[in-house]
Amino acid sequence: MTITEERPVERAGWWRAHSELGVSIVLGAVGVLVVVDTALESGGSVSDPLGPRAIAFVLGGALLLLSALLAVDVLRGGHGEAEAGEDVDLGTPADLRTVGKLAGVLVATAALIPILGWPIAGTVLFWGAAATLGSRTPARDVLIAAGVSLVTWIVFDGLLGVDLPGGPLMGVFGA
Amino acid sequence: MMESLANLMGGFAAALTPGNLLFAAIGVLLGTAVGVLPGIGPAMAVALLLPVTYAFDPTGAFIMFAGIYFGAMFGGSTTSILLNTPGESASVMAAIEGNPMARSGRGAQALATAAIGHFVGGVFGAIGIVLLAPLIASVAVNIGAPDYFAIMVLAFVAVAGVLGASRVRGFASLAIGLTIGLVGLDPISGQARLTFGVPQLADGIDVVIVAVGLFAVGEALWVAAHLRRTHQEIIPVGRPWLSRADVKRAWKPWVRGPFIGFTFGSIPAGGAEMSTFMAYVTERRLSKHRDEFGKGAIEGLAGPESAASASSAGTLSTMLTLGLPTTAIAAVMLAAFQQFGIQPGPLLFTNEPDLVWTLIASLFIGLVLLLLLNLPLAPLWAKLLRIPRPYLYAGILFFACIGAYAVSGQAVDLLVLLVIGVVGFVMRRYGLPVLPAIIGVILGPDAELQLRRALQIADGDVTTLVSTPLAITVYTIIAALLLFPLIRKASRTKVDA
Repeated sequence: MTITEERPVERAGWWRAHSELGVSIVLGAVGVLVVVDTALESGGSVSDPLGPRAIAFVLGGALLLLSALLAVDVLRGGHGEAEAGEDVDLGTPADLRTVGKLAGVLVATAALIPILGWPIAGTVLFWGAAATLGSRTPARDVLIAAGVSLVTWIVFDGLLGVDLPGGPLMGVFGA
Repeated sequence: MMESLANLMGGFAAALTPGNLLFAAIGVLLGTAVGVLPGIGPAMAVALLLPVTYAFDPTGAFIMFAGIYFGAMFGGSTTSILLNTPGESASVMAAIEGNPMARSGRGAQALATAAIGHFVGGVFGAIGIVLLAPLIASVAVNIGAPDYFAIMVLAFVAVAGVLGASRVRGFASLAIGLTIGLVGLDPISGQARLTFGVPQLADGIDVVIVAVGLFAVGEALWVAAHLRRTHQEIIPVGRPWLSRADVKRAWKPWVRGPFIGFTFGSIPAGGAEMSTFMAYVTERRLSKHRDEFGKGAIEGLAGPESAASASSAGTLSTMLTLGLPTTAIAAVMLAAFQQFGIQPGPLLFTNEPDLVWTLIASLFIGLVLLLLLNLPLAPLWAKLLRIPRPYLYAGILFFACIGAYAVSGQAVDLLVLLVIGVVGFVMRRYGLPVLPAIIGVILGPDAELQLRRALQIADGDVTTLVSTPLAITVYTIIAALLLFPLIRKASRTKVDA
């Protein structure tokens, strides 16, 4: 085996082409986590010969093994086929910025529910997600978002008995 | 046999009450919509509805779920035929012959062939459940914990190792699912596993959040990364109809399809995908018009479509009689049963006869409703495809969040949902199939319970696991499934050398 001097750009390109190794690393890390979590505790008893740890231990080992097998597969040129779909255009590079924004909208929703209640948080969620996904009609989006959010809140909270907080706004209307 | 018929009549009496008819109607409407729409499938729809249905009585909820399942089959073909991109994995085969038919101006006939095919397949499948399910249940009553464990391992190996392109990725997905299923307090000893001292994790991660996260949020994030900007053309069609010559060519495939579909649907062999594929291959072999295949042969549409709906019935049969899910939607329905405190399995037919027979009777009613809804109205349903994609996926995320929040009323659950959604995104990016993960989450804890129960009964004697003929047979099948590709690889290398 010859050692060649690699320029940083080429190395980055190699990692990009083999980014699937990240999956292998995550699997391995989870495997270590499961094994460590398992190793610290006691095993079975007379009434429960296997105990709560044995299966977890085997599973942790399996994760480590799969991590290694996946790494070997990727290094030998194998790669997982990205999932196709009717709204999915695999010809374009992954737009991770949109994915990040969408995740941000979800986090914002989670933060807003306890403060402002479902109708408003839901409006923010729908509107934010639609805008992130490329809708260019903000005014119409807000109206649809508010409509969907309010109607679902009334149906779910009022009719179906799913407990969704109404928030201060609905408190005003309710009183 | 006579007893089954009497039970079925009782089921019809219960299913024809206004309340249950309403559930069936809502189910088939939602199902057809879900089938037509891209990005949302029946498993996701049922998972999203789970928290809502807590307030219902279980019979109504399952009538609705079954309507969604069968409705998605009908709707999926419409998208396949008119857009050439299948709405569901089950309708991949419909695109192969159905879309060329539509392109050559025979879209109306293609829609009618598919809708009638689904109806025939569904009715044959439902009859199959009536005839076979009580039989299977009565035989399965005597199987014990070691047998159950073996069958569950078979399900794991089949979904992870046989389906899909890559075995290591299938098993990796299964392992991810099993790990998620492990989180929480162990039900037998009460010890915490993988909770890291976080009290919220003690109850485990709710199946609803896992299913909604993997299906809905994962899909929305994945589409966001690769959203198709170009407009796809939907082929315009008129009202579906068939000429006498079409019927003459289609009726045999319609009748053959269910036998293939029910068989492959009831074993863990890939549900509708495998069934439709096998039906397609069969029809191509038997056809007198083999040269037309790939260019719009009506037989190649009729057979797979009737097989698809029959395979749903087969899947339901196995889920009800053995408690064993063979597809994602069956896994989610199993989770629904567990939420209601009902354990599907051989005892279901004796413990909950009213529920089971009302559900089976409602299948027939739902199929009639679906034929009425889809045969004349398929072009109208196709209009759903015009919905702007930002609204579609914003809506999916919106209902995903409501579903996750409704589980326990904690906003923190939305963050768990997001994390699982990111897992779903990564799995789609790197070709890890979602089905093994969801089967692992739902069936994993059960499998562990059966294993430990078996060893408890046998005082820790491991040989108990292979102490019955059934268990030995199942393990032999598992070994064959695992070893066969290796042997084939080895023999091929030998030939090459």
